Amino acid sequence: MGFIERIFRSAAPAWGVHPDDRKRPAADVPLRSLPLPERLFMPLQQHVGGAARPVVLVGQRVWKGQMLAEAQGNISAPVHAPTSGHIVAIGEITAPHPSGLAQLAITLASDGADEWGERHPVADPFSLAPDEIARITAAAGVVGLGGATFPAAVKFNLGRRLKVGTLIVNGGECEPYLSADDCIMRQRAAEVVDGLRIVMHAIGAREALVGIEQNKPEAIAAMHIAAAPFGNVHIRPVPTRYPMGSDKQLIQALTGKEVPADARAAEVGVLVHNVSTCAAVHRALRLGEPLVERIVTVNGGAVSAPGNIFAPLGARVADLLAFTGLKVEPSRLILGGPMMGMLLPHARVPIVKGASGVLAFDADEAAVHEAGPCIRCGLCTQSCPMGLLPLEMARHIRAEDLDGATGFGLSDCIACGCCAYVCPSHIPLVQYFSHAKGELSARERARLRNEAARRLVEQRSARLQREAREKAANAARRKAERDAAKARAAAAVEAAAKVSEPIP
Amino acid sequence: MLMAILSLTVLGSLLGLGLGIAARKFKVEGDPLVAEIEALMPGSNCGQCGFAGCPRLAAAIASGSAPVTACPPGGKALALALARKLGISIDLAAVADQGPRIATVAEDICIGCCRCTKVCPTDAILGAAKQIHNVIREACTGCGNCIDRCPTEAMALQPLPVTLQHWIWPKPLDGAALAPARG
Repeated sequence: MGFIERIFRSAAPAWGVHPDDRKRPAADVPLRSLPLPERLFMPLQQHVGGAARPVVLVGQRVWKGQMLAEAQGNISAPVHAPTSGHIVAIGEITAPHPSGLAQLAITLASDGADEWGERHPVADPFSLAPDEIARITAAAGVVGLGGATFPAAVKFNLGRRLKVGTLIVNGGECEPYLSADDCIMRQRAAEVVDGLRIVMHAIGAREALVGIEQNKPEAIAAMHIAAAPFGNVHIRPVPTRYPMGSDKQLIQALTGKEVPADARAAEVGVLVHNVSTCAAVHRALRLGEPLVERIVTVNGGAVSAPGNIFAPLGARVADLLAFTGLKVEPSRLILGGPMMGMLLPHARVPIVKGASGVLAFDADEAAVHEAGPCIRCGLCTQSCPMGLLPLEMARHIRAEDLDGATGFGLSDCIACGCCAYVCPSHIPLVQYFSHAKGELSARERARLRNEAARRLVEQRSARLQREAREKAANAARRKAERDAAKARAAAAVEAAAKVSEPIP
Repeated sequence: MLMAILSLTVLGSLLGLGLGIAARKFKVEGDPLVAEIEALMPGSNCGQCGFAGCPRLAAAIASGSAPVTACPPGGKALALALARKLGISIDLAAVADQGPRIATVAEDICIGCCRCTKVCPTDAILGAAKQIHNVIREACTGCGNCIDRCPTEAMALQPLPVTLQHWIWPKPLDGAALAPARG
């Protein structure tokens, strides 16, 4: 263990916050399986990148694990059937997104049999070439399950290209309420370790560091046992501090390296994958199963029996809440964690690949304090894990000065919510930053659109000129032909006249 | 004395000659600022600003007789880019940006006359004689040239629908609560 690691292990980091984690008792309840819902809704875009393109027709019968939509473009992921049944619709449904806008999805009516289609398990993944592992992982639709939903295979290839030496496995799960990763490490530690060894083989990493927050002693113990036979897999407990599960913070805690702004983790020689992603890679290779199920934490004050549920993707939030029961009508529904999760418009939205939790808050938990004026106390700057000045950024965004906010490092903001959490005036700082980032990308899109329009105009004027030139050339050619024909006719007439001339 | 006069005269005439040659050789045609402003513009010469095409508006903005916010298809993004180029500050809140709009075809009244396709500056309208026309969303700049040309009023400008990819978080309403911006 290096000197820097020793320092980081002994002292809690200076950044971040330590909210009441509220993970128990839900984390200690044994894993339950959701009874198969009658209908499942598979959105075509459950990942970062291009939306998948449907390859099934309405009315078609599909097996569990059959591909419903194929990946489109370099960064994309396919979508597979979470159970066997019939396709009943391909159309728009409400997306699990705070906007409440619609999204294209494939609706599947379950036949109750839950019958797998053809599976191609690989007996020894370590004998495969890294390329082949990346290909199988991509075909299985595996994306980052920690919440970022970046296609896993794309990251493998990136890691191999940049010669990454260390794989960091993220078992931080720093968000309060959530325990899905905790659950998978406790109950399927062997799968996680096998999966992460396959990932190491795929990216050519020499060692793996599994970072687990110290508030999960059971998971740390289980992972220690599972990793014991492998000398290059190290289990590293990290201090309990939000947002330890954010990749830049975890990398810093485990290796002491700081990822530069606008750079990827792979550029400092490490690659981060979530524990659940590793387990999904294990299933894709060893069992030949695509990503169609996941563990979801159902928690919150409004839930009667909180805990972790093994659910098919595409099941609705309402199905999960009906299974766990509700004490009171939830005052707020969130997909993901309370700090970075997405506010849901209603419960009739599906569970997607990146959904690690469903939180149903009662009135107390959902209480929103009215925002007061900024007193410039500086608490937000102390808590910011990226070392930014949230109060200054918000001040500029409020005055519509987005460039000013960018100058204070807006693009480095990871939207973790620490600043808003500690703000004594309850200013919705993260909403300012999310708004500003959206506005900036809208401006960038408008600029690109303008450029594209200018190119089109240039091409059009070039085409019009070419057409005019061709028209003129054609007219000239026809005129020349006509003249030539006239001349020939005149010559013929003259010749005929000569011939018919009586010989004197 | 004579030496000093002579040397200064020679020096002066040499420098004057150099300047004269430089002025001829490196002569700037037109105002470079106008060209730079024009390069930022959409360039579709749609005429919505009231000037005869983008070069005229660029000249007017460069001379200060038109505001940087005059180009409707350019919107906020262009206004901001121009303000930065000219080093002036603008109040973006005052820019009436009604959001991007695109032309749409009412398919039940389109007679397929092809008149709109001829006036579209970006070739965004697809259609053949006596076939229903359609608009390629990505290429349409919302200039509105086709609206006046349509004999059946089948063309109309509609706001671009908000999608998941384009949705942005609204600005918090209680913005007035923050401390006033200083400096």
